[in-house]
Amino acid sequence: MKKYLSFFRVRFLMGLQYRVAALAGIATQFAWGFLEIMALKAFYETDASVYPMTFQATVSYVWLQQAFLAFFASWMVDTELFDMILNGNIAYELCRPVRIYSLMASRNLANRVSRAVLRCLPILVVAFFLPQPYRMGAPQGIVHFLFFLVAMVLGLFVSVAFFMFVYVLAFYTISPQGLRIVFVSLVEYLSGGVIPLPFFPEKVLRVVELLPFAAMQNVPLRIYGGDMEGAEMLRALGLQLFWLVALVAIGSALCRKAERRVALQGG
Amino acid sequence: MITMQDVCKSYKVAKRNAGFGEACKALFRREYETIHALRNVSFTINDGEMVGYIGPNGAGKSSTIKILSGILTPDSGTVLVDGRVPYKDRIRHVAQIGVVFGQRSQLWWDVPVIDSFELLKDVYSIPQKQYDNNLEELTSLLNLSELLRTPARQLSLGQRMRCEIAGSLLHSPKILFLDEPTIGLDAVSKLAVRDFIKKQNELHGTTVILTTHDMQDIEALSKRIILIGKGEILLDGTPEDLKKGGQSIDETVAELYRAYDI
Repeated sequence: MKKYLSFFRVRFLMGLQYRVAALAGIATQFAWGFLEIMALKAFYETDASVYPMTFQATVSYVWLQQAFLAFFASWMVDTELFDMILNGNIAYELCRPVRIYSLMASRNLANRVSRAVLRCLPILVVAFFLPQPYRMGAPQGIVHFLFFLVAMVLGLFVSVAFFMFVYVLAFYTISPQGLRIVFVSLVEYLSGGVIPLPFFPEKVLRVVELLPFAAMQNVPLRIYGGDMEGAEMLRALGLQLFWLVALVAIGSALCRKAERRVALQGG
Repeated sequence: MITMQDVCKSYKVAKRNAGFGEACKALFRREYETIHALRNVSFTINDGEMVGYIGPNGAGKSSTIKILSGILTPDSGTVLVDGRVPYKDRIRHVAQIGVVFGQRSQLWWDVPVIDSFELLKDVYSIPQKQYDNNLEELTSLLNLSELLRTPARQLSLGQRMRCEIAGSLLHSPKILFLDEPTIGLDAVSKLAVRDFIKKQNELHGTTVILTTHDMQDIEALSKRIILIGKGEILLDGTPEDLKKGGQSIDETVAELYRAYDI
């Protein structure tokens, strides 16, 4: 375990080095946040009766999403790992007494956490003091807040586990570019990255809710603002747990197989 | 002890001729060619030996190293390193060996070298005392004291290679595989690296297997040479066996390559 914590630590320290990138990220995320809220506000003002969430809940959703973008954004995958597989530098990692799956997962997790740590606080603090209607609300209640925290951690793990699956697939293809494009857009759209899932047509939503994508940011961000409650909330947490276990099981089994048959590229 | 017995490894490579038409054709029907990287390779290396493994580009040197270090699985044949089958028992195996790939880097690009070393300490579960001793020894032998606090990206190739070698020895491996460790190094760095490898072998009895294109490396370091060409072992002997009356070793090897048509 200590081995993987160390990988986490080095990757985390490395992530903390990029201060200017974090600043630029914060600026971008504010721009996006405002843009999204303005669009949602236009929806709301057009016809509040068909608006599927409370407006306050969507505002909180947007700011949390921007603050923790690095947890869930599918395009923020650790490209270093793809490069490693692509140019054969994974050879060195295979020379270490570690499990490749766990190694990549801990690096991936560290990459996301280090990026989020640098960005989340300034965004959250400012979002709490913005003028209405842009101000982020407090959590629905203390219970909601606690469940929000649990769902956040689970959601982060699910999104890492899902991308581990994509990394492992990259062992089998020569270039991960195609995989990335497909999965990035798929995840972004179906996880509620573009628009919260309640905005989907109801029939579509019933299916989408069961997919692993809905077990990422969808759950914590909706619990926070009170859009998910009671039985629905517990069911969503259960699904998160289920997908986490399933994705890790599939990913690590595939990875073990890939290790055996891997042909290292680049001599 | 390292033994390889009748080891074969082949790769499937997609081939096509140049040109747009050919590229389109390859979309539908792809022609594969099987490259035999290793054919019935057999040898035994005893503990504490220093072996130079030479051969032209694409002869199968790196494939051998990769099989011995447990990264690659051979198609057939048996491989035993200190009683372990490397590719079946990868995690236990690699804890006992050190590997340097001259063309790759194991150092973390953006953090000081010492951070990479600390990570290796945890990865190999090296006891603090052993780590301190090894680091001190490696630092003085390879002259690293100035380099440890510098990010890897700001090191020159020679400086980096010295750090890479140090990184592979922190866990006191019994066997060291060096895949072209002197590639691209200037004369001073080369001498330093050679000296160091020699000392490591004398001091700790580390078994060293070294691939290189630099014949002076071989002359300076190894008492035994294995020559491989087109995946087959052609010669297994001393550097003297290679040399023919007064010729430099480079010329002899070039002649050998030509003679064997490899």
